[in-house]
Amino acid sequence: MENDRQPILSVRNLKTNFFTDEGIVRAVDGASFDVRLGQTLGVVGESGCGKSVTALSILRIVPRPGRIVGGEILLRRLTEDGYEREVALTSLGENSQEMRSIRGAEIALVFQEPMTSLSPVHTIGNQIIEVARLHRKVSKQEARQMAVELLRLVGIPRAETAIDAYPLQLSGGMRQRALIALALSCDPRLLIADEPTTALDVTTQAQILDLLRSLQEQRGMAVILITHNMGVIAEMADQVVVMYLGQVVEEGSVDDVFNASKHPYTQALLRSIPSIHSTPKAQLPTISGTIPHPYNRPAGCPFHPRCPDAISGVCDRHEPQLLSVGDEHQVSCFLYHPPSTENEGSFN
Amino acid sequence: MFAYFARRGVLAIFTLWAVTVLSFIIIQLPPGDFVDAYMAQLAVMETDVSEQQMEAMRRQYALDRPIHEQYLRWMGNMFRGNFGTSMLWKQSVLDVIGDRLAMTVVVSLGAVLLTWAIALPIGIYSAVRQYSIGDYAFTFVGFIGLGVPNFLLALLLMYLGFVLYDANIGGLFSPEYQLEPWSWGKVRDLLYHLPLPALIIALSGTAELIRIMRANLLDELRKPYVITARAMGLSERRLILKYPVRVALNPFVSTIGYLLPYILSGSVIVSFVLSLPTLGPILLGSLIAQDMFLAGTIILMLGSLTVIGTFISDLLLMWIDPRIRFGMVQEG
Repeated sequence: MENDRQPILSVRNLKTNFFTDEGIVRAVDGASFDVRLGQTLGVVGESGCGKSVTALSILRIVPRPGRIVGGEILLRRLTEDGYEREVALTSLGENSQEMRSIRGAEIALVFQEPMTSLSPVHTIGNQIIEVARLHRKVSKQEARQMAVELLRLVGIPRAETAIDAYPLQLSGGMRQRALIALALSCDPRLLIADEPTTALDVTTQAQILDLLRSLQEQRGMAVILITHNMGVIAEMADQVVVMYLGQVVEEGSVDDVFNASKHPYTQALLRSIPSIHSTPKAQLPTISGTIPHPYNRPAGCPFHPRCPDAISGVCDRHEPQLLSVGDEHQVSCFLYHPPSTENEGSFN
Repeated sequence: MFAYFARRGVLAIFTLWAVTVLSFIIIQLPPGDFVDAYMAQLAVMETDVSEQQMEAMRRQYALDRPIHEQYLRWMGNMFRGNFGTSMLWKQSVLDVIGDRLAMTVVVSLGAVLLTWAIALPIGIYSAVRQYSIGDYAFTFVGFIGLGVPNFLLALLLMYLGFVLYDANIGGLFSPEYQLEPWSWGKVRDLLYHLPLPALIIALSGTAELIRIMRANLLDELRKPYVITARAMGLSERRLILKYPVRVALNPFVSTIGYLLPYILSGSVIVSFVLSLPTLGPILLGSLIAQDMFLAGTIILMLGSLTVIGTFISDLLLMWIDPRIRFGMVQEG
């Protein structure tokens, strides 16, 4: 790997829409970010801001009536002779042979609900072995051996017997570990973890996060960690992407985003984290208003109706662009980049 | 596990006993008895019967005793393997039922298998391609199948068979085999005649099963484990057949229990039209004539089939669904 600074995955101006009978929902509306090997990219935002749809778009498994309508997703793949080749996932067919050889093998997904993300009527081992044999030429016996080792790796006790357990026999934390083992079964270079700890209790959350971090260190994977929990981001991420209504509003290193946040939305998110230092019994600041209805997106900057710093006549008329405010720190806000005449064009 | 089976066994015996009581009461419900019905029939044919003859008949079949005594006598005889004499056929009940029970099971099983063979793939297709032209087409055809009474379909097919091919498609055997003892030739003849009646009986249940399968599968297709499997790179066909279809089959299996009696009672008219040698027409005849031993025995057999079928479907469910299997172990 001669150039580790090159991103393994590059998302450029991704747009994923859902064409429902009631209208078009622009779930992801021009999101851009990069992920590098050995790095964790945190994607954060309120529910419904398009985080999960972004993950599904990368894997090209957006459910109907959703469809990617614009942008590019570029993945660097290792070819068989050791070179790297860039593949535009957006140009592949959803169910094409090549896309399926990428899903699970190059990019793996850990889904948010450990209770229902494994088939209830198949054993853990059955599901891991199936995937392992799908992407690698191994015998059933070898695949089973690999599965046992994976289960041991993710910290499931008595892996030799656990492999024949059904999901209902495992606790939530153990199921999430099994799900991670499943995701790792083909040694992916990119792991997407979509709210991996949301359904778990706090101590289990910490264990799963520790596990993810140590697995990443061992394997040098790139990780996209999707969460609405700023605390998890602070603990895990190297780079952070803040999303609002399908758009990236701020992007930067975890230091920049937490200590020098620029976007009013990011600042509001940070203020609404309960802190051990805050005054007892004081009311926790919240972000005023709620996420607008998806069929009724505000014109201009999508955040302006809830924004304390909105400039009337500007924020409700023009769409801001994601522009640099420092070294690898970008923000999409008119407080830092007043609208220029070129930006006028993007308002339509 | 053993405690579970023991409990099920006791429950099954109790259920069968309740069936005997109920079937006995149902047979006694219409006013009069077999002799009255017989007399009415004879009166139509203008044959006179004396009071003494009627009394003699009543005594012969113990119809003059109080109801509870008749019931106990019936039960007692059954425990000794004597199911009584059919008053209508003047034969032992077992002789009347005889082959017909086997034929009923053959036709019903054929119908069930056909129903499944048609409904399962169409249900899967309709769910996976929801709101496609194919889905609408199958739904349309399915509802027509549900709406047209199957005896009408039987009549239509018989008419077409007669007009177009000059063939009599009624019955389960060709005339030359009708009274023959069993032989390979007769079995082959049966297999040759079976598909059409089985298909006609199957069609009425097909639309319903298609809807059940479609609805079940639509629920399952949205579950996260399907997304997991898809995210792992499995092909659509393989992942759908292996995961959601497998889970959606559970409610199917639990219908096995009542399928047999359902098909039997639903196919009485078809059996008449196609002159199938099954139990349905016999049951109807015996109920009209108030032939209580014959009717009672048939109803009891249907009850037993239901109890056994339910038990089998429970076993199958335990086998295919670990959630039930392990729930069971924890309970007892």
